[in-house]
Amino acid sequence: MKLFFLALRNAFRSKTRAFLTILGIAIAVVAFGVLRTTVTAWYAGVDAAAVNRLAVRNAVSFIFPMPYSYRDKIASVEGVDAVSYANWFGGTYIDQSQFFARFAVDAETFFDLYPELKLSEQELNDFKRERNSCVIGSEIATRYNLALGDLMTLEGDIYPGQWTFVIRGIYQPRDKNTDATQMLFQWDYLNERMLQEAPPRANWIGWFNVRVKNPDEAALVSSRIDALFENSTAETITETEAEFQRSFIQSSGAILGAMNIVSFTIVLVIMLVLANTMMMSARERTREYAVLKTLGFSVPKISFLILAESLVISVLGGALGLLLTFPLVRAFAAAIPKGWFPVFEVELITIILLTVAVILIGAASAFFPIRTVAKSRIADSLRFVG
Amino acid sequence: MSTLIEVKDLAKSYSRDGFEIPVLEKMNITVEKGGYLALMGPSGSGKTTLLNIIAGIDRPTRGSVTIDNTDITKLNESQLARWRAHNIGFVFQFYNLIPVLTAFDNVALPLLLTKLSKAERRKHVETALSIVGLGERMKHYPKQLSGGQEQRVAIARAIVTDPQIIVADEPTGDLDRSSAEEILTLLRRLNEEFEKTIIMVTHDPHAAESAKTVLHLDKGELVEEVA
Repeated sequence: MKLFFLALRNAFRSKTRAFLTILGIAIAVVAFGVLRTTVTAWYAGVDAAAVNRLAVRNAVSFIFPMPYSYRDKIASVEGVDAVSYANWFGGTYIDQSQFFARFAVDAETFFDLYPELKLSEQELNDFKRERNSCVIGSEIATRYNLALGDLMTLEGDIYPGQWTFVIRGIYQPRDKNTDATQMLFQWDYLNERMLQEAPPRANWIGWFNVRVKNPDEAALVSSRIDALFENSTAETITETEAEFQRSFIQSSGAILGAMNIVSFTIVLVIMLVLANTMMMSARERTREYAVLKTLGFSVPKISFLILAESLVISVLGGALGLLLTFPLVRAFAAAIPKGWFPVFEVELITIILLTVAVILIGAASAFFPIRTVAKSRIADSLRFVG
Repeated sequence: MSTLIEVKDLAKSYSRDGFEIPVLEKMNITVEKGGYLALMGPSGSGKTTLLNIIAGIDRPTRGSVTIDNTDITKLNESQLARWRAHNIGFVFQFYNLIPVLTAFDNVALPLLLTKLSKAERRKHVETALSIVGLGERMKHYPKQLSGGQEQRVAIARAIVTDPQIIVADEPTGDLDRSSAEEILTLLRRLNEEFEKTIIMVTHDPHAAESAKTVLHLDKGELVEEVA
């Protein structure tokens, strides 16, 4: 018999209590896992951002456009390697619940700036050649069973009217966190139609994408670009792509902040639940610990017993919770409207956070019982009646 | 016979709500190697406190306790824990077995602190359980044993490390007459056959008759010594 065996037996001495505590921890872990997955899914775009790309947007807000004429000025700034641009199109495909990003992009430069969207040369050429063509992400093709040559009709909202596109390319995501749920079409097509139907809305750009020659000079290049448009009617803010992505999700910042707080509050609650269980267990065993001390067991050895018991419960609860988290996250991903999150899966960082939290909870919960046992006098504890 | 335990000018008092409550005063005792001492006296006379101090689970306010040339009052907590593990076997009134462990594992507990191999531990435990007559009950849990059997498991646990001293606090206090008799016989055997030095606290004059020496305590003082 090893000391750990005794800890194991102690952990399940009261089976109902151990089961309920483990279940409580598991449920809390699942809640933590799902909340953290939601938060990380929200930030997936930020994580996927390239370090050598900047985004130039209107200083007031990214919903205000900038003149097309900025393009050449930005391209001439020292340190700028390439410039592309895009507009948020919005619109409805099939119905309002079918959500995914739709952008009007510069066909000539966009895929050069975004190598993580893998498109064959043939498809890229077809896309550039045909004005009303579009490229869709592989996930969109799978979701709606679309193939090259198929038509895709959108009902415009920001840009009213019916918009029909021919699919000329299906891009593959290069990385796990690359968004494969976008639909991209030619900015020229949008602009030409605006020139015909609403001329004041033509020649405006939502944001410029800039590739810098040296990522270390990103801040310097940003300030040079912004300096160009100081005191103009559309001043700019140039920021790294990650910052730009962050400003997109800033409107949901309060919700994300609340989710973060709730997820860590859950960890605190589990800790209190387990600490309470451990305190009760240790109190019930006051005499037994005194007997062990009497037999010559040192305080560190008895502390090991209590710590091991606490860790057995917390790790089992954590493991069960983690096992349940994966199918639940998949079920959650299936339940939310398609396209809300391009990537919605349990991240490695969530698993690491959970593992660390579970171990810390186990260790912290053992603290008070250990302190009590260490401080108690054997003679007093032997007389203890629980 | 040589002196094994020497208690010299021992005093113990507790502090409660600012008051100093004396429990033992100017206690001087010697116990020979192989001795069997019974401590008797009314409740509150200090006999259990004296036993606890001799066993190294309580500390005196003044005086010394020298056992086999070691003044245990000078040892720190971890030294005292090691000393107890090597030198003292404990028998309690309420057995104090660990309910989730079998008789075998309960007896094996003190051996976890030794460097014995698993096979050696097994041999020691089997020997101890056979001495107390429970060789057939090794796989039983405490709740599957009678009170007398539980106390015999506790005695096996006390002797498994082969300590030179066994301290017993009211070992028959929770047992019926026949079980109590079995325990007293067992203790006598340990004293006579295995030469263990035994110090026993008891209220029971019949139990005290087993001992070679009986000390009567009252209000923390030694009032009578009967050989």
